[in-house]
Amino acid sequence: MSLLEVTGLGVRSADGRDLISDLSFTVDAGSRFGLIGESGSGKSLTALAIMGLLPPGMTASGSVALDVPGMGRTEIVGARERLLNRLRGRAASVVFQEPLTALDPLMRIGHQVAEPLRRAQGLRGQALREAVTTALEEVRLAEPDRIARAYPHEISGGQRQRVAIAMALACRPALLIADEPTTALDVTVQAEVLALLDGLVSARSMALLFIGHDLAVVSGITDHVLILKDGTAVESGALLDVVNAPRHPYARELVSSARELDAALNGLDGGGRS
Amino acid sequence: MSAEQALIGAPDEQEAQAAPRHVSRSVTLTIGCVLVGVIVLVAVVSLFWVPFAPEDTSGRRLMPPGLPHLLGTDKLGRDLLTQLMIGARIALAAGAGSVVLGGVIGVAAGLAAGFATRWLDDVVSALLDILIAFPTLLLAMLVAATRAASLTSAIVAIGLAMSAIVARLTRVLVKRVLAHDFITAARTSGTSWPRVVLEHVLPNIWPTVSVNLALQFGLAVLAEASLSYLGLGAPPPNASWGRMLQEAQASVFIAPVGVIAPGVLIVVLVIGVNLVADGFRDVADPTRRRRR
Repeated sequence: MSLLEVTGLGVRSADGRDLISDLSFTVDAGSRFGLIGESGSGKSLTALAIMGLLPPGMTASGSVALDVPGMGRTEIVGARERLLNRLRGRAASVVFQEPLTALDPLMRIGHQVAEPLRRAQGLRGQALREAVTTALEEVRLAEPDRIARAYPHEISGGQRQRVAIAMALACRPALLIADEPTTALDVTVQAEVLALLDGLVSARSMALLFIGHDLAVVSGITDHVLILKDGTAVESGALLDVVNAPRHPYARELVSSARELDAALNGLDGGGRS
Repeated sequence: MSAEQALIGAPDEQEAQAAPRHVSRSVTLTIGCVLVGVIVLVAVVSLFWVPFAPEDTSGRRLMPPGLPHLLGTDKLGRDLLTQLMIGARIALAAGAGSVVLGGVIGVAAGLAAGFATRWLDDVVSALLDILIAFPTLLLAMLVAATRAASLTSAIVAIGLAMSAIVARLTRVLVKRVLAHDFITAARTSGTSWPRVVLEHVLPNIWPTVSVNLALQFGLAVLAEASLSYLGLGAPPPNASWGRMLQEAQASVFIAPVGVIAPGVLIVVLVIGVNLVADGFRDVADPTRRRRR
């Protein structure tokens, strides 16, 4: 049994449009799965549906099952709020795209990171303060004590995303959902944050569900991918198979544009040297 | 993001721009605190000591300022300073009472409305609009008329009218906060709704709500004065500035102090409260409290 099993997931909006239809995929414990699609293709909604946090008015159908060691198999679609709250954070947690809005602007960083630590691990006082410092060090933040005292608007975008990752990891989730975690960052910072995620996921043998629109970025960190277009899966499989032999036109387009960019960069590189 | 970095990257420029603003802010806050502080001091002193008993009518009628009546007497021979001091107590009690009442009811109703979706939300906001369209004073007169005229009924009336305004503001603020990713982020880590409200929603709406409540305090003082002027406020022997104005207006040319003194005090308190509210805005919101 896989850690996450999505079977025939559908999401319908309040006015009856199908935003996602018949989506199925599985994520095994400790594996890395990529979800690729353009904006509006239903990637983020899939993440929210997995957490049981669809916006009001939207309804999910089909099945989303999380099977976490020690917590048993739980069906998310139609589950009660109390059950979901126990699961959230520990079974799965999310890193969002825009780190500025994902942090409470009026709360010091230290307090925000402390919240899930306190709840998940029951830490108090000095132990809690030390755990916050450790959590910030784990995401490679220099000067964790200064960062802990700062408000979100006082630190940089890359630092904010590291804080968001620290918060998502605080409950030691079995599955980390990263919803375009690098899209809002500068390219150089992007690479650092990706490397950080990569290292943390390996070190903790977590499963990763990485959501993105850029095949190049997603392929760098995952081994299986699913390509979404207008709420339906158009292609899925092992990363290498999809990249080497894309069948659906949209998948071919993604692969060829990634290759073109690669070729263009190589060309520039070669030209510079000669 | 880039704008943010540009700001952080140029601290000198930012400081140069922010400095005069900060000075003026702290000046308004200081002046406001002094004005309100004087009234509060007078009210506190009146609890322990007043020059004459409030119901003491032994003085001559409509005396000008002098000794022993520092500010003179009213048309019944009561000491004006004594009346003014007790009036300060009444004005502050009316302001504080209705802000507490209106704040608690308003924020609670606004929170509920902010979480409501679809038809329930429409019903609640329509209800609030109707309540707000109803003139505060008229509502207050209705409440005061159905009960005996007293300070309590004035506070209840003003507080109820205020709660609709506070509720509408709270509703909009709550909706705006709930749309943010950090609420979803908190939910994804398993925070329950009550905790989300306590930890994230209330702190984020508080800077705006508290400034609004401070402004409402000033309006409540004015409303209480108006109700008392109409005879719907605290009954005698408790003096209210509004009723003092009404009682003294017939003799304004003989004893002008009787009208001027309560009028000035109402203005001082209302302006003071407004200045405090304005200055308080920056203190309440850390994102406005820029590096100095």
